[in-house]
Amino acid sequence: MLTTIFYILSAITLATAFMTVLSRNPIHSAIYLVICFFSIAGHYAMFNAQFLAMVHLIVYSGAIMILMLFTIMMMNFNEQKIRKNNLIVVAAVIALCLVAYVLLATFLKAQPMIEQYVITGEDYQSIKVLGKVLLDDYLVPFEMAAVLLLTSMIGAVLLSKKDKKIKA
Amino acid sequence: MDSTLVLILLLSPFIGFLSNIFFGKSLSKNLSGTIGTIAVGISFVVSVILFNKVLQSGKGITVHFFDWLELFNFKVGFSFLLDQLSLLWLLFVTGIGTLIHLYSISYMHDDENLHKFFSYLNLFVFFMITLVAGSNLLIMFIGWEGVGLCSYLLIGFWYKNQNYNDAAKKAFIMNRIGDLGFLAGIFIIGYLFNSLDYLTIKQVLASGGFVDLGWLAFATLCLFIGATGKSAQLPLYTWLPDAMAGPTPVSALIHAATMVTAGIFMVTRLNFLFELTPAVLNVIAIIGALTALIAAFIALVQNDIKKVLAYSTVSQLGLMFLALGLGAYEVAVFHVVTHAFFKACLFLGSGSVIHAMGGEQDMRYMGGLKSHMKTTYITFLISTLAISGIFPLSGFFSKDEILLVAFHENKVLWVIASLASIMTAFYMFRLLYLTFFGKFRGSEEQKHHLHESPSLMTFPLIVLAILAAVGGLISLPGNSWLNHYLEPIFIGSRPHHAVDSTAYMLMGVATVGALIGIFLAYSKYIKKGELPAKDKEVTGFAKVLHNKFYVDEIYTAIIVKPIYALGDFFKAVVEVAIAAIVFGTGKVANLLSDQGRTLQNGSVGLYLFVFVLGFSTIVYYLFLA
Amino acid sequence: MLQNILQEIGIENYIFLATALFCVGIFGVLYRRNAIVVFMSIEIMLNAVNLLLVAFSTYHQDAAGQVFVFFSMAVAAAEVAIGLAILVAIYRNLKSIDIDDLRNLKG
Repeated sequence: MLTTIFYILSAITLATAFMTVLSRNPIHSAIYLVICFFSIAGHYAMFNAQFLAMVHLIVYSGAIMILMLFTIMMMNFNEQKIRKNNLIVVAAVIALCLVAYVLLATFLKAQPMIEQYVITGEDYQSIKVLGKVLLDDYLVPFEMAAVLLLTSMIGAVLLSKKDKKIKA
Repeated sequence: MDSTLVLILLLSPFIGFLSNIFFGKSLSKNLSGTIGTIAVGISFVVSVILFNKVLQSGKGITVHFFDWLELFNFKVGFSFLLDQLSLLWLLFVTGIGTLIHLYSISYMHDDENLHKFFSYLNLFVFFMITLVAGSNLLIMFIGWEGVGLCSYLLIGFWYKNQNYNDAAKKAFIMNRIGDLGFLAGIFIIGYLFNSLDYLTIKQVLASGGFVDLGWLAFATLCLFIGATGKSAQLPLYTWLPDAMAGPTPVSALIHAATMVTAGIFMVTRLNFLFELTPAVLNVIAIIGALTALIAAFIALVQNDIKKVLAYSTVSQLGLMFLALGLGAYEVAVFHVVTHAFFKACLFLGSGSVIHAMGGEQDMRYMGGLKSHMKTTYITFLISTLAISGIFPLSGFFSKDEILLVAFHENKVLWVIASLASIMTAFYMFRLLYLTFFGKFRGSEEQKHHLHESPSLMTFPLIVLAILAAVGGLISLPGNSWLNHYLEPIFIGSRPHHAVDSTAYMLMGVATVGALIGIFLAYSKYIKKGELPAKDKEVTGFAKVLHNKFYVDEIYTAIIVKPIYALGDFFKAVVEVAIAAIVFGTGKVANLLSDQGRTLQNGSVGLYLFVFVLGFSTIVYYLFLA
Repeated sequence: MLQNILQEIGIENYIFLATALFCVGIFGVLYRRNAIVVFMSIEIMLNAVNLLLVAFSTYHQDAAGQVFVFFSMAVAAAEVAIGLAILVAIYRNLKSIDIDDLRNLKG
C-alpha cells in the first residue's frame, strides 16, 4: 500500500511541477506550485518526519507562495511576447538532458555502494530528538539563521521602498 | 715631510683649477692668470726640491696615501713613486708648464674665457703629474685618461667653431681607442703578476720569477697600442694635426712637450717588461721609424705653420719610439727632454708670429718678419737649428744618439731615420725662410699691425731657446750624466756604446745630411724665391702629400661609414621590429579581450545556461571520470 | 508501518524522483522569460534537494539531514523575500519583468 501512495504522490509532484513550468498564466503556475508543495509535504509525512512536514507547509505554501501571489497580483502582466531568440529553447532542452544524464549516471555509478536498509528501531527523528540535535550540535548555525532572516527582512523593506523623487 | 711635499705637488695645480673654475669669472684677467701660473710654479719648486733630494740619496721616494683596492691578495694602493725618471719628467713638465702659463697670460689676453683656459691648463698639469708620479699602472691610467680629457677640453676651447669641436672629438675618440689597448694590457699584467705596482713587478722579474712570455708579449703589445693613441704614432696619429685647432699655448704644452710624451714615459717606466718581449720591441721600432718617415713626407708640403710643427712633432716622436724599440731607453728620454725644449720654443714662437699677424696662420701670406720681430726670429732660428741637428745645439746630440743606436742595431731603420732627419732639416728651414725671409706677402693692414710681442711672451721664448741651445750638455757622448742618472730604473747593467771612429763618422754623416737639407731649402725658397702653390694648383705626388696620403679619407670609408651604416640599419630595421613586437603584444591583448567581451552580452538566460554547463562539468569530473 | 518505508520502496526511487524534479526546475529556469516563474522553478529545485536530504536522513537514521532541511528552508524563505523585493524595484524602473529586457550588464 505504501508503494501505491508513493507512486500517486510522485505523479502529482512531477505533473504539477511540469505544469508550473509550462503554463502561460503566472497565477496558474503559482497554484500548481502550491499543489506540488502539498504533495512534497505528503512525502515528508510518509517518512514519519511530521515536524518537517508541518514546517514545510507553513513556510512554503503558507508564506512563500502567498508572497509570490501578492507580487504577481501587484503587477499586471501582458501576454508573453513572441520569443525573439529560439536558441534559448534549444539551450534549455540541452541543459535539461545534460543535467538529467549527469545525475543519473552518478547515481548508477554509485549503485554498488547502496547497502541494505536496516532498521535499528531507535528514535532519530521525533521532535524531541530533533530539538536536541538542533540546539545542541547546530546552535551556531541556528543563531546565524536568525540573523539571516533579520537581514533579509530589513533588506526587503529597504529595497522595495518607493523612491521619493518619482511622483508615481 | 715627503708626503706633504708630494701632496703640495699634486694639489697645487688642482687648487688652481678649482679657484679659477669657480671664482675666475669675478677676478680680473691678470689675477686669474697669475693664480694659474703660481699654482704650476709651486709644483715646479717642489719638483726641484724633490729632485735635489733624490739626486743626493740616489733612491726614489715612495709615498703611500691609502689602500685603494683590495681583493684577496691583489692590492692596489693610492701611492706615488718619485724616482729619477718621474722627477726628470716632472721637472720639465712643470717647468715648461710654468713658462707656457706665463706666455698665455699675454697671448689669451683678449679672450673672455681666460679663467676657463687657465683652469683647464691647471687641470691638465694636475693629471700629467698624476700620470708621471703614480707608483702603479692604475694611477698612471687615471692621469692618462685625465690628460686626454683636458686635451679635448682645450682643443675645443673656442667652442663656437664646429670644426674645432670636431677636432676635439676626433682627438678624444682616437685616444680612447688607444686606451682600450692600454686597459687590456693593464688587465693582463695584473693577472700575470698579481700586482700593478712598478716596484713589485720589477722585484718579481729581478729575482727571476717565471712569467708566461706569450701573454706578456700580448700585454706589452696592448700597452704599446695605448701609447700609439696617446703619442700619435701610426695608425692613430691623425688627431694631432687636427688638434692644432686649439690655442697655440695648448699646442705647445700638450701636443709638443708633455701629453704626447706620456707613451714614451710609459714604455720607459715598464722597460723591464718590454725587455722580455723583443718581438714587441721590434714592432715598436718599425712603427716609430715608419711614422717618422711618413710624417716628414707630409710636412714637406703643408702651408699652415702649426700643421708643419704638428707633423714635425709626430715625426720626432717616431724617432723616439724608434730609440725605444731598439732598447735605448735613455736615448729616447734624452730626445724627449731636448725635443720638449725646442718644440715648445717653436710653437710659442709661431704663436708670437700668429699674434703679430692678427690670426693669420698660412705661411704663404707671411714673409720678411725678421726685421719686425727680432726676438722671435732669433729664438726661432736657434730652435730650428736644434731640431735640424746642428752642432753644438741640443738636438744634435740627442738625434745623433738615436742614429748611432739605429746604425748598430738595424741598418735599414738607420737609413729611414736618416732620411727623416734630412727631410726635417728641409721642411723646418722651409718654414723659417717662408716666414721670416723675403718680402712680406700679406695685406697692407696686416703689415701695419706687425710688432714684436710683449715681454710676457718673449721671456719664455728666450728661456726655452737657451735651454734648447745648452740642453745637450746633460748627455754628452761618452760622458752621459743622464745615462748615469737613470741607471736605477733599469734591471741590470746597460749596454755601453763606445765613442769610436764609427760614432764620429756617423755624426759627420748626419751633419752633412742636415746641411744638405738646409741647402736645398735655401736654394728653393731664397735663391729661386719660389712660393708654395695655391691649394687648387697642387698636382702629382705633392697632391698626395698635401692630402696627407688620404689617410683620413681611408679611415672615414673603412671605419666611420660602416658604423654609421650599422646605426642606420639598427634604426630602420631593428628598432621597427622591436616596436612592432612591443606594440603588437598590446594589439594581441586587445584582440583577445574583444573576443572575450562578447561573452558578456547581458542576457541572464545565457549566464544561467553557462552556469548549468559548468555545474554538469564539475559533477562529471568529480564523480564520473 | 511507516518505519520500513525504505525497505518497501527502496532509496533508488526517491533518488529518481528528486533528480527528475531538479531537472524540471532547471528547464523552467532556462525556458521561461517571466521572472516570477523563474523564481518558482528555483523553488522547485530547492524542494527537490530537500526531499533527497530527508530521504537520506531516514536511510542513515541520522537527524542531521532534517536539521539541514530546516536551514535550507530558512534560507529559501529569506531568498524569496529579497528576490521579490528586487523584482518589485526592477518593475518600478522598467515596467516589465521579462528577463530579456534586463540587459544593462552588457559588457
